[in-house]
Amino acid sequence: MAGDFKRMASCKATEWVKIRRLDMRGLRMALFGLLLFLTIIVLAAFSDIFAPYDPWNRFEPFLAPCREHILGTNDLGNDILSELIYGSRVSLIVGFGAALMATLIGTLIGLFAGYFRGLIDEMLMGITDVFLMIPQIPLIIILAAFLRPSFWLVALIMGALWWTSTARVVRSKAMQIRETSFIECSRSLGFSHMHIIFSDILPNILHVIMPKFLLTIASAMISEASISFLGLGDPTMKSWGMMINFAFTRGGFINGYWWWYLPPGLCITLSVLSLVLMGFSLEEREEETMRIE
Amino acid sequence: MSMCHDMNAPILQVVGLSVRFETPLGLVHAAEDVAFDIHETETLALVGETGCGKSVVASAIMQLLPGNAVVDGKALFSKMDLLKLEEKEISRIRGNEISIIFQNPSLSLNPIIEVGEQIAEPLQVHRKMARRESHHVAKGLLSRLGLGERSLMSMYPFQFSGGMNQRVMIATSMILSPKIIIADEPTKGLDRALARDVAAEICKVMDLTGASLLLITHDISLAGMISDRIAVMYCGEIVEMGKCKEVLGEPLHPYTRALLDCLPERGFKPIPGASPSMIHPPQGCKFHPRCPHKTQECMQKQRIRKIDGDGRQVRCWQY
Repeated sequence: MAGDFKRMASCKATEWVKIRRLDMRGLRMALFGLLLFLTIIVLAAFSDIFAPYDPWNRFEPFLAPCREHILGTNDLGNDILSELIYGSRVSLIVGFGAALMATLIGTLIGLFAGYFRGLIDEMLMGITDVFLMIPQIPLIIILAAFLRPSFWLVALIMGALWWTSTARVVRSKAMQIRETSFIECSRSLGFSHMHIIFSDILPNILHVIMPKFLLTIASAMISEASISFLGLGDPTMKSWGMMINFAFTRGGFINGYWWWYLPPGLCITLSVLSLVLMGFSLEEREEETMRIE
Repeated sequence: MSMCHDMNAPILQVVGLSVRFETPLGLVHAAEDVAFDIHETETLALVGETGCGKSVVASAIMQLLPGNAVVDGKALFSKMDLLKLEEKEISRIRGNEISIIFQNPSLSLNPIIEVGEQIAEPLQVHRKMARRESHHVAKGLLSRLGLGERSLMSMYPFQFSGGMNQRVMIATSMILSPKIIIADEPTKGLDRALARDVAAEICKVMDLTGASLLLITHDISLAGMISDRIAVMYCGEIVEMGKCKEVLGEPLHPYTRALLDCLPERGFKPIPGASPSMIHPPQGCKFHPRCPHKTQECMQKQRIRKIDGDGRQVRCWQY
């Protein structure tokens, strides 16, 4: 009897320790991601301070890494390190722009569908289903090919297409929260629907929206890079995807100029990694708290 | 006392209120032909066992029922029928003129908003008051309810005990000084000592604001302590209504008597049988399957009998 009880207690204790350890690991991962991401943001914001040269300045082309040009120069003689630092701006703007728009649309649609239910819900979810059916990358490629390619356009299209999963998650969460008694209490105090949606329900689902937002930035950055790599990006802008594209089309790969194509690839990987680390650890925390409850 | 009430016109008049829910299992008759008046500064207790439709009546008056509810009847409040108002108009009444104190205060407060902000919110929404000013008013109210410390205003509901949250709820619902406060099972889930505290708190608030109270409870002794009149509900109907002392002192309806006999101090005698189904309620008097005095008439029809002009009435064939 006593043994049983002891075993139970120790089982509970190990469970808690496990959760704590997981929590700590998640926290460390998130911190690492945050640090990395902040570095990239600082680089993008103060490119003119960090970059040794203007990325459009021409030096001797096809230089290998040396003292003046730490990562060498490309076929036009632009300093690759400077290109790399300035390139973070486009990637970040596209990522943030697309994610901000997608999250905003998704959150609004999800909130309204989940809160009002009924006809509004069915209509909004119908629209969501239609958007889910659109093959997104091919559409972006086609639009980018037919319209004048610009990174604003790419961000806009991605933002207009990628809100569907956010909308669904927010909707189910809003449906759950609207049934709680504090929402009924708000209604009984005569608050309007809008007031309830935005100041009672929305703060209660921010913790779900945040990781979604971070992961959307990550996938938007990857997509921007892939579209640029395919040559459908904005050729007048220096972005990481564009750099890889030029390295590919102008002989960087064949000649083995690793300082040309490797750094932009690494930069994309690192920034996506930082976002994913933050997003996942936030999501994991959420799941963990739900398990404990 | 009775003269005093007769002079005041009723502030809320509920006439022939019935609520039905359409469910996949059939029509649920949650409330039928419910009628009562509430006068100014009066406390009316709606008493009955769990599931008899007490809370449904409160929610119906405030139009807070879910979409599958069918509501008939009238609820007259300052010449308006609350049941027919548009969403916009009823929103103005909610909180402003009539407010509800919900059961389970800890779940009825938003978990991630500071307590002070939640109390002050109605002022900002309905009176367009500035944040700082509304917080000042909220703090004053909270300290009158015995939570005076400054730091309490910026705490969250999970840091409070159930009793403290209950006081926060009370403060939230009375900050706009409504004319009627509906307390929906304010003492459910609280232990006896705490329940008494909350009851005292509510009484204090009523004295403070001069509002009328519709107390909804299953606790008949609590109702006896703080209410002027009592309406006993059974299976969606008010079976007996009258002055608190009279109903508890000399109950007429067999159900009221049985309910009183359930109290620990009266010997804990359970009522035989089970509560009837609300989908297929019994014919005639709904209490007849469990009633020791039933006759042939009880199984076919009901009748409401008014006893003296004092508002005392009973739904039984015996009188």
